[in-house]
This record gives sequence, C-alpha cells and structure tokens, in this order.
Amino acid sequence: MPKLENVKKVLVIGSGPIIIGQAAEFDYSGTQACRSLREEGLQVVLVNSNPATIMTDTHIADRVYVEPLNVEFLESVIRKEHPDAMLATLGGQVGLNLAMELEEKGILRNYNVKLLGTQIETIKRAEDRELFKEAMQKIHQPIPESTIVETVLAAKEFAHQVGYPLIVRPAYTLGGTGGGIAHNDEELDDIVNKGLTYSLIGQALIERSIAGWKEIEYEVLRDADDNCITVCNMENVDPVGIHTGDSVVVAPCQTLSDKEVQMLRQASIDIVRELGVRGACNVQLGLDPDSDNYYVIEVNPRVSRSSALASKATGYPIAKVAAKIAAGYTLDEIQNAVTKKTTACFEPTLDYLVVKFPRWPFDKFVTADRTLGTQMKATGEVMAIERNFEAGLLKAARCLEIGCKHLQLKKLTPLPTEEIRERVGHQDDERLFAIAEYMRRGGTIEEIHDITKINQWFLKKIQNIVEMEKVLQQEPLTKDLLRKAKKMGFADEVIAGYVGKTWQEIRKQRKEWGIVPTYKMVDTCAAEFEAATPYYYSTYAAEDEVAVSDRKKVCILGSGPIRIGQGVEFDYCTVHSVWALKELGYETIIINNNPETVSTDFDTSDKLYFEPLTVEDVLNVLDKEQPEGVIVQFGGQTAINLAGPLHEAGVRILGSSVDSIDRAEDRERFDEVLTKCNISRPRGHSVTDLDGALAAAHDVGYPVMVRPSYVLGGRAMEIVYSDDELRHYMETAVQASSDHPVLVDHYLMGTEVEVDAICDGKEVLMPGIMEHIERAGVHSGDSIAVYPPRTLSEHVIDTIIDYTVKMALELEVKGMINVQYIVRDGKVYVIEVNPRSSRTVPFLSKVTTIPMVDVATKCAMGVSIREQGYKPGLQFFPDYWACKAPVFSFNKMSNVDITLGPEMKSTGEVMAVDYQFSRALYKACIASGINVPHEGAILITVADRDKPEILDIASQFKDLGYELLATGGTADYLNGHGIEVEKAVKVSEGSPNLLDDIKNGRIAMVINTTDHGGNVDVERDGFLIRRSTVEHAIPCLTSLDTAKALSRVMAAMRHRRIVSVVALQDLSYKDF
Amino acid sequence: MQKVKGKLVLVDGSVFEGDLYANRTAVGEVVFTTGMSGYQETLTDPSFCSQIVVMTYPLVGNYGTNPCFNQGPRCFFQGYVVSDICDYPVNWRNEGTLLDFLEKENVPLLTGVDTRAITRRIRNHGVLKGVVVPADMPDDEVQKLLATPDVHDQVQQVTTKEKYTMGEGGYHVAVMDFGIKRNILNYLVSFGCHLTVYPAYTSAEEILRDGPDGIFLSNGPGDPKDLPEVIETIRKLIGLRPIFGICLGHQLMALASGYDTYKMKFGHRGINHPVRDIVEHKICISSQNHGYAVDEKSLDDNVIISNVSLNDNTIEGLIYKNSPTFTVQYHPEACPGPGGHEYLFQRFINMMGGKR
Repeated sequence: MPKLENVKKVLVIGSGPIIIGQAAEFDYSGTQACRSLREEGLQVVLVNSNPATIMTDTHIADRVYVEPLNVEFLESVIRKEHPDAMLATLGGQVGLNLAMELEEKGILRNYNVKLLGTQIETIKRAEDRELFKEAMQKIHQPIPESTIVETVLAAKEFAHQVGYPLIVRPAYTLGGTGGGIAHNDEELDDIVNKGLTYSLIGQALIERSIAGWKEIEYEVLRDADDNCITVCNMENVDPVGIHTGDSVVVAPCQTLSDKEVQMLRQASIDIVRELGVRGACNVQLGLDPDSDNYYVIEVNPRVSRSSALASKATGYPIAKVAAKIAAGYTLDEIQNAVTKKTTACFEPTLDYLVVKFPRWPFDKFVTADRTLGTQMKATGEVMAIERNFEAGLLKAARCLEIGCKHLQLKKLTPLPTEEIRERVGHQDDERLFAIAEYMRRGGTIEEIHDITKINQWFLKKIQNIVEMEKVLQQEPLTKDLLRKAKKMGFADEVIAGYVGKTWQEIRKQRKEWGIVPTYKMVDTCAAEFEAATPYYYSTYAAEDEVAVSDRKKVCILGSGPIRIGQGVEFDYCTVHSVWALKELGYETIIINNNPETVSTDFDTSDKLYFEPLTVEDVLNVLDKEQPEGVIVQFGGQTAINLAGPLHEAGVRILGSSVDSIDRAEDRERFDEVLTKCNISRPRGHSVTDLDGALAAAHDVGYPVMVRPSYVLGGRAMEIVYSDDELRHYMETAVQASSDHPVLVDHYLMGTEVEVDAICDGKEVLMPGIMEHIERAGVHSGDSIAVYPPRTLSEHVIDTIIDYTVKMALELEVKGMINVQYIVRDGKVYVIEVNPRSSRTVPFLSKVTTIPMVDVATKCAMGVSIREQGYKPGLQFFPDYWACKAPVFSFNKMSNVDITLGPEMKSTGEVMAVDYQFSRALYKACIASGINVPHEGAILITVADRDKPEILDIASQFKDLGYELLATGGTADYLNGHGIEVEKAVKVSEGSPNLLDDIKNGRIAMVINTTDHGGNVDVERDGFLIRRSTVEHAIPCLTSLDTAKALSRVMAAMRHRRIVSVVALQDLSYKDF
Repeated sequence: MQKVKGKLVLVDGSVFEGDLYANRTAVGEVVFTTGMSGYQETLTDPSFCSQIVVMTYPLVGNYGTNPCFNQGPRCFFQGYVVSDICDYPVNWRNEGTLLDFLEKENVPLLTGVDTRAITRRIRNHGVLKGVVVPADMPDDEVQKLLATPDVHDQVQQVTTKEKYTMGEGGYHVAVMDFGIKRNILNYLVSFGCHLTVYPAYTSAEEILRDGPDGIFLSNGPGDPKDLPEVIETIRKLIGLRPIFGICLGHQLMALASGYDTYKMKFGHRGINHPVRDIVEHKICISSQNHGYAVDEKSLDDNVIISNVSLNDNTIEGLIYKNSPTFTVQYHPEACPGPGGHEYLFQRFINMMGGKR
C-alpha cells in the first residue's frame, strides 16, 4: 500500500478546552485520527491544552504535550520534537487557525514541517471570504451578494446598496462568535463593531440574508486522487438564520426530491474539488423552498461538529478516514470499518433517520438572551436514532435532560394561548416546545409555518404527536393504540400520564402484550451487506436483530449531552471504565446519546446502544442484555440520578450502592455519617421562610452560603453578607416553602481543597490532593486547582487523609469518591462528598499517572487496590506542579454576569504542568485564554469588604510597572493608603469614561469584586464593566485570590523563560 | 383506496404484516433498493417490471410526486413495500401524494412493515419470490399465488410499441428500447443526438436502413437470456456502428459476443454504488439496478473489463477491442442518483465522430 515517504513523525494539534462552538467532537475525531496515524506506523506528537480528553492519554499519542495552544508554545514543541509533518484539520477552528499562523510566520518552513492532508492554500481559499468568493465564481456556484468590511462605515455603504436584512459574519472565529442578523443601521453598527473585534484578522463578511430558506449540509471526503464522496446530507429543521449548531438537524434530508439532493450533492463535490481539499470538508447550503435556487453559505475544510454528527449518524468514521487520506491513502485503499469487506469509497445509505437536538446552557445562565441566531449558544447536543421522525424527535427530547420526557415543557402549559402564539415567533431554545403547545391549543400547520418558516413536513409530524396525545386522552388504551404510541416514540411515563396510570403499570401492560422495543444495527448500508458494527438503536418494529452473547457483561451509563457542570471529563471516565472492564474480561455495553464523544464511537465498547438515559430506555436495554449489573459512578449526575430507580426496578448497581449515594446526598443522613466519623462541616440550617433564614443566619453568623435544597450543581447558590442581602436573595432568587426548603450554612472563608480517592471497601487509595487558588465560595469547577497542594501543613494533610479514609469506609464506597474540604486556621471542614467520579479525575489521573477510573472500576468489580498493584494511602507528591484552570464562553452569551461565585459558569478547562510553580500557573492562565498583559493599565474596582485585601495586590502590580486606575471608593481607599492610583470616570459621569478606556485599549486588565447590597447604580456599572471586558477580550479577575496569584506569577515570570514545554511522557513521577 | 390488513409472504414461508392499499394482489420477485431519495424515478423505472420492490429507507413519499420525475410511461411494479408512507408531502414540485400515484398506477402498497427485516432476509437468502395479499387470505390461496409461473416477457411489456424520434442534434442514434429510462434519452439529446427509438424486437436490417451513426442498447427488466432474438439482432449489428449499452443493454451485448451472464444473489439496487473505472483511473458513485451480471469467467481477450464494482468486484463495464463498442452495467443517467458520468456519453459521441 502506498504511504508517505520521509514522514515518520506527525504533529497533531488538538482543539483545546471545551467552549461553546467547540465541544467534545474534537476529542472524538482527534482520538480517531491519532490512532489511525499510529496504525500506519507514524509517531504522533500531540499538543492539546485540555486534559479531560482521551486524546491526551499517553497511549493515544507517542508524545503528549498539554500546553497552551498558541504559536510560541507550538514552535517550542516543534523545536523539541522535530516532526516531519503536521495535520491541521483535526483540531477544529483552533487547529486550523494555528496552522495558518505557523505557516504565515514561516515556522513550518523553518523547521521543515510539511502539512499533511488539506493544504494551507485550500484552507485560505475556504476561509478567506474574498478568495472563497473568487473560487465560487470560477465554478459558477452561487453565493449571496456580499462584501468584506474592515470598518462599520463600509458595512453601512453596502447596506444602502443591497438593503436589509443582512447577515454579519466575522472572519476566523469560533462558532460564529460576534455574528448576527442586522435589520437596520443601528443593529448593523453594533454587530459589525463586535464582529471586527472577534475576528482574528479584523474582517467581517456582510451578506444578503436568505433567512427562511432550507439549510442543508453535506459532509464530503476527497483524496489526493480526486476521488470524492459525500458521507451524509443533513437538513436543519430550523431554516437559515439559526446557526446549524443551534438547530435541530435531521439526517438524511427529508423534504428534498432526488433532483434537489443530487443538485446540492454535485455542488458540494464541485466545491470541494475546486478548493482542493484532501480530507474532510463540510459544505453548508441554503435552498429556496420554492424553487431550485440555492446559495453556498459556508465551507469548513476540516473535521467539525457536523462531521462528528455525520459519523455517528451513518457509522462512517470520517476523522479516521480523513487521517488515512492525510497519510497518503486513497479512499478505495481504506477499508470500510463497518462491513470489513467493502472499502471507504462509497456513500453510506441509512434505513433510519437521526435527529440532533442542541443542549443549551440557559438553565444555568438564566439571565442570558435566549434568542438564537448566527452565533452559536449550545454547549452540547444529543442524537436520537429512529425509523420515523416523530419517534426520533421524542427520543431526542428525552435525551436532553431538561426535565421533560416529551415534546412538552411544564412551564408553557399554564400560559395563555396568546402568549404561546407569541412564543412560537421567538427564535429561541424553546420554540419547538412552544409550537407543540400551540398545536395543542389548535394552532394550525400553515399558521405556524407562516410565523417560523419551518417546513410543513416537520410541523405535520409534530401535529401527529399532538393528535396521538389526544387519542390517548380520549380512547381506551388498547393493545393496538399502545403499540402505535410506542412506535411514535411516546415514553411509558408520558402515556401513563394521559391514561391515569403509573409508568410501571404501562410497562407491565406493554410487556404482557408483547410490545417491547426491537434493536437494529447502524451499518452504513441499510442491511445490504452483513456488518459487524456493535452499534444499535431501539425501534418498535418486528425483528430484533441484535444477538445477546453468553459472556459475562456489564453495562456502563454515559453522561449524555455536554452542559455546564457536566462536560467531556465524564465521557473520559466512561471510556476508561469500559477499557478496565474489558481488561477484566467483561463484555462492555455503553448506553449514551451524545454524538460528539469517544464513548459513542462504536470502537470503544463491545456494544453501543444509542439511547436516551431515562429509566425506561435503560431498563429496556437491560431487559434484553441481562448484564451482571450497571456502573453509574462515571456518567456524572445523569447516571447517578438513574441509580435509585434502577435499583428499585431490581437492577444491580455495581460499586458503591444506592444507599451509599443516598447517605452522601441526603443532608440529614450525611450529618449522621459526619457525626459518626467525628468530622465537622460548616454549621447550617434548613429554613422555609425569610424569618427562619434570618434566624439561621444570626445563629451561624454571617457570611452565609444560601441555596435551595432541590437543585444540584450550585444553581441559585449565593454567599450573602448581611440581612439586607439575605432579604434580597430570599425575595428574588428562590421560592422557599416547606416542600422546597432553603439551606443556610455558615460560609467559611478558607482554602478549598479537593480530593479524588478510590476505595475498594477496605482500603483507600489517594492519588493526590488539589488545592484551589480561589477561596471557598467560588465553584470548584471555576477555580484554578493546583496539584500538589502548596500551602497545606503536614497536620492538615494528615487530617485530610484521615477524613477521606474514614468517610470512604463509612459510606462503604466501592470505586470513586470525591471530597471537597475547607481549611481554615488549620482546621479541616467537609463541604461535600460525592461517591462518584468528579470533573477533576482526568486531570488528577494525568498528573499522578495513576489511571484512576481503571483502578476504581476494578474496585467496583471486586478487585482490591493491593491486588491491582497499588499501595493504599496518599501517593507521594511529584517534583513538578500542575494547574487546572477554568475556561469560559462568556463571549457567546450576552447578558450573563461573569462574576465567579458558587454557581458554575465555565464550559471547559485547561491544564499546565511545569517544574516551576509560577510557570505552571502562568501557562494555565495563557492556555485558559487570559491574555495576561505585560504592561498597560489595570482598573481596580472592589467591594468595600475587599478593600483591605486589595492593598497588597495593587502595590504588587504597581511595583511591576503597571499603571493603576480605580473607581471612586476604591481609588480613595488606595490613595489613602499610599498607593497612588488614577480615579476612573464612572459610566454615570458621562463620557469619555472607563468603558471608553476599555474600548480604546488603555485598560489591559480589570480586577472587580461586587456585593449584592442592592445599590443599583454600582451593580449596573460593575456589570457593564465586566461585560465590556468580555467584548474586548481583556482579562477580568473577579476573585482577589486569582488577582493575587497572578500578581505573584507576573513578578516571578519577569525573571524566567516564559515558554517551556514538557511532554507528559517525560514527567518524572518517582515513587520514593 | 381502502386500507386493510395485509401481508407479504415469501416462498421461504416468512410473513411480514402491515397495512395494505390494493385493488389487486401482487406476485413477483421481491427485491430491495437502498436509495434514500428518488422513489418516483424508481417506481417509473421499467427495469423493475414485475418485481415487488422494498424500500429500505423507511420514510417514503415525503416530497410528493410530479410527472417530471417519471422515467417511463408508467409504473411496472408488481407491488411496493415501505415502512412508512407520507400522507402530507411538502415540496414546491409536489402535485399529489404518492398514495394517489400508486392508486392511479394500480400498484398494491404494503406499508407499516419492518422493511429492514425483509431486506436482511433477502440479503441472507438471495432474492425470493413473494406475494402481497390481504392478511386474511387463506394459506392455500397464498400458496397457489406463489406458484404462479415466473414471467419472462417483461421487455415485451415495457418496450415502446411504435418507433418514434426525439431530438434534433447532428448524430443519429438508433435506440433499442428494452424499457429505457427517460433520462438516458434526455442525455443523448443534450449531447447533440437525434434519436430513433425502436421497439425491442426490431430487426437489425430495419435499424440499419434508417442509417444511424450509432446504436444505443437500453436498460430493461428481467433475465437477458429471455431475449434470444434480440441477442441475435445485436450480433448482426456488432462492428457496423459504434454501440453503447447500459444495464440490460450491457448484458445483451455480452451475450451477443458469446459471453455469459448469471443471476446474482440479490443484485445491486441503490444509488450509492462505487464503481472503479480502470481505464480512466477514477472511482464514481453510481446508480444501479440489476439482478444479473456478466460472468467474468466467460470473457476472452477480445474484451477489456473497464469498470468493476468496488463492493464485490463484479463487472460494471466492458470495452470491446474489435469493434467500437462499450457498455456499462450501472446507470450513468442517474435519476435517481448521482451524476458525474457524463464522460461516458461523450465517449459515445466521440466514437460516432467527435464533436458534441
């Protein structure tokens, strides 16, 4: 077989942290690609700053660099490793942009690194609007009238030529950052201004809007021999105007005739050929619903979210094949991984359809603008596979985990019809639910089509669902009706609601009548060829084609869609758990529904069931497979929440028992555990009204941490410092009642410490202890974590070991346990214990070199820590430092306050390792996107209670040569304490003010803390300042601890080399 | 049409129940096709004459029907089997539901069945004879129907009754119609030909009398060996004019040249079939619909295998060394399916003299 000559070592650039617009799909494609290249005997050097990924495991690439993704660090890796070649098209837009920069700066040339696969010239012609326009004109592919502007004025001139509405798309950004649709001069002004800031090259494309047209995507592969295939086409349910990442998408296209399908397929192929892509390419097209007119919207010459979706939708591994093409193979030389008989040079055909539904973070960002447009806002997505659209859509709704099992949101039910009708017109995350609700109230297909432009075909299917609801309400539940409802995708629980029964009763009746799901295979070929893919979905049909083996087997529950608080780290855990079980000789069965992930790669487990993670859907699989038990501790809260109901249904939960989980989660039962172990936690009470809250606060003493008892993950949690703030919170943030008490705990201002440990029921292995830079009160997921701890005394560490062991044993943990502690004045308090895998596990596994999930899984299966060759107790600390820093996606979310607090806001994380602590922290900051300024002005504006503490920080920055600005009270305080600062002009004092200073680049960083005293002006100003830092991409530190740490790092880094890289394989972790 | 309970019964005894819309029973060879779009083109492709066709894609009829999609004068299906038929089609070209179309064409429709299960059955056993009948039809009647002798006159059913002409281009092409798809005719016309289309049983002498520049052998239904007279006619034409054949035309040309054909296990039916063009050194995705193939073992040195299926290495194209003749097994005219095969028509034009 032909292969590239003179290429032995290949550099692969990952996509970095999870942010909106760039999620787990690049771990999936990157992992596939690295494996695929290594299969060819190539050495792979990987750079990726995101530790919560399978691709950064030391066995996926030969050399793994978890380093900041910028040109300086990449050059350093290139200098050290001397790769012969590089692959730029697997790390999302980040990878592509970096490849362009490396090329432009001559680094690739200098080090003799040749680009594999798609070449720079092609990338430029696809990404640069002017070059793209030329290319399209050359092959007569229509693109909407457009122009590229570098100023707002130019944008307006164009607007006056072609008229509104216009779409604004900044060049070279992620997920459509800063884009939007302008309907008038004012909106154009605003959107173009922002867009130019986000564009890496200061350009924005303005084009005629074709909003309302069908949005169609093609995934294309082309090899160096010019063989070109389309893997999949997809149709957005939401017409052009909503970012495809925020659209409900169905594959294959549903409403296109063959004539239209072939017209757009040929256009996609012609485009990919003209651009000269060598590998994967995504083509987005807009099709007039009333003619054969179409426009080419966008081309992405790389693997993408859509290619990951297309891979999962068809079973065709696009990234793997793209990597082989890069390695010099042609499509016909690559085997079809599914059939093992045919080649990769064919076009998959489906005998089912898939529905992708985005998962948005508006449950966490309640104040955010929910309007969907050209800027993507979803953090993740789910995919459902079925043989009709209704069932696919309902399955997808169940996958979302937004509190509904059906195309119905409880909050819409009480609203008056007029309001529902209005909601149908809102282009937001709940529109599809509003449409269904409006149909329940008699809304017609044509009326809804007129408002939304959603194709009537999709609307009819929603109407079918609504009609079935009515039938279920009105008619007796016969066998025939139940079968019809199940075929249409109705959940037992939903049917039960309509007929006045429990889901258990429906389930029992269903089984008695023999109405059980059948499982079918995803095989790329509609059953034409025999396939061995262990990749299945449920449908209510005649034949179940999935054979059950007689091996001993275990089912692992995945973690569903990526959302804030539950990211790719749980997918990492799921995959590792599968690997460990395979080592133990078990057949592994994954149930999950996130198309972006490694866990849903059909290569990962022995069997993959692509299903919603609800009790019914999981039980159906378990009924069929009859595994020894289910592992829930690695699938985040999604899987943990299923443990109780599954246990009740008679399923064996492997590892820590349901009772252990309950004892850790139930406040009162957990208190008993602590009392028994003689461990303290911050004092607190549970209250049901304001008076009770005030009394509780006075008893435990301010500040207090308040939160509703019925939500997890830090939602609506706040720290309050006074009666006024507490009143404000109780009146606005929560609705306390006897059913929903509010917890009032004393807030201990101390150092937060986090431990992930493994218990085999008898002994406890503690790979490491992490200390947070930010004090308790900032959500652990939003804090910078340091390993090993820096400030803890030996006594404190001993106490933490003692407590962790005691609690793990008392809770009878078998597997993973995560504990969060506060250390104050040498005393250790427990805040929270979770007998499950946490978000820090991948990080800690990487920096301690202990494969924690593997060890924990084996413990859950009864293999002791010692039998696995590990010594219980705390492992020795290494001679290097590792920092994990949070990454936020605030630039995608307007109206969201960026102040850090007990509610988690980050979407991803980065890691940095170094033998110098300050450099590790510095690298973590850089990698997380904090543009640490080396000069310029710092604006300081802090709450009264923080003023004493700011003195040191301010003077340190001053000593480093930064100019200091401060707002009124803060300036007076600093000046009064001998630190000279300039008083900034407040927003309310007219312009120019401090916002202008941010805009024009004078202010390079902001340190801002706030209280919730209810001073509206101060709060508004603070909010404006913080949002403005987001919009102008300058760091805003909202925790004094981060500011303090950064000031020290900056001082230390004055005397050190800034860029230094180390491969994970080179870390010397010695067990002394 | 009245909806009643119905079933598909295969000769191996397997039964698939669903909803039946029919004014008659259907009996025939049951085949599956895997295209996800283009149902109307498939329904009107005469090559499916007398077969019961199963669609593997579950949602059929989504964009309705329009006469512009028709590939033949009518639908020659014995029966049609789908998982889910759309009663609410949406597309700007839509002029009527697929159900109405089927009623007008008098094609029995069985819907609501597990089409993947049927497909797997056929894949594992090879094509099977079957019947589509009301669910309450007694077994002995079903068996009697299943015992209906196989038909061999499909080409007679589908070929044009009268000779006709089409197009005004410079090259005169004699088209032997064994059930030709409309888009082949359109392609030839668009490449600058004027066509005379002949009934399948037209003699070589009559064709030559009209003075064609080239001869085209069309696609069509059934076993090529059912057409000995036609094979004889083609044998007489070899070498006298450039010949281009598609599908059945390809098989008939091979038989006329002394080679052999055989019946495949379940054939190739779909629009995603990769074909390697050995001569042009490229791979194209093609539309296919055939249950027979030319036997490679029967070939000699007088012919070059120009195209092969990437899936199973069966012959997809032949170039004859001793006469200006080439044929392909697949459907370069698409409809349904992907384009990108125009070069074959150009090759034919070149053989006839060059300029388009």
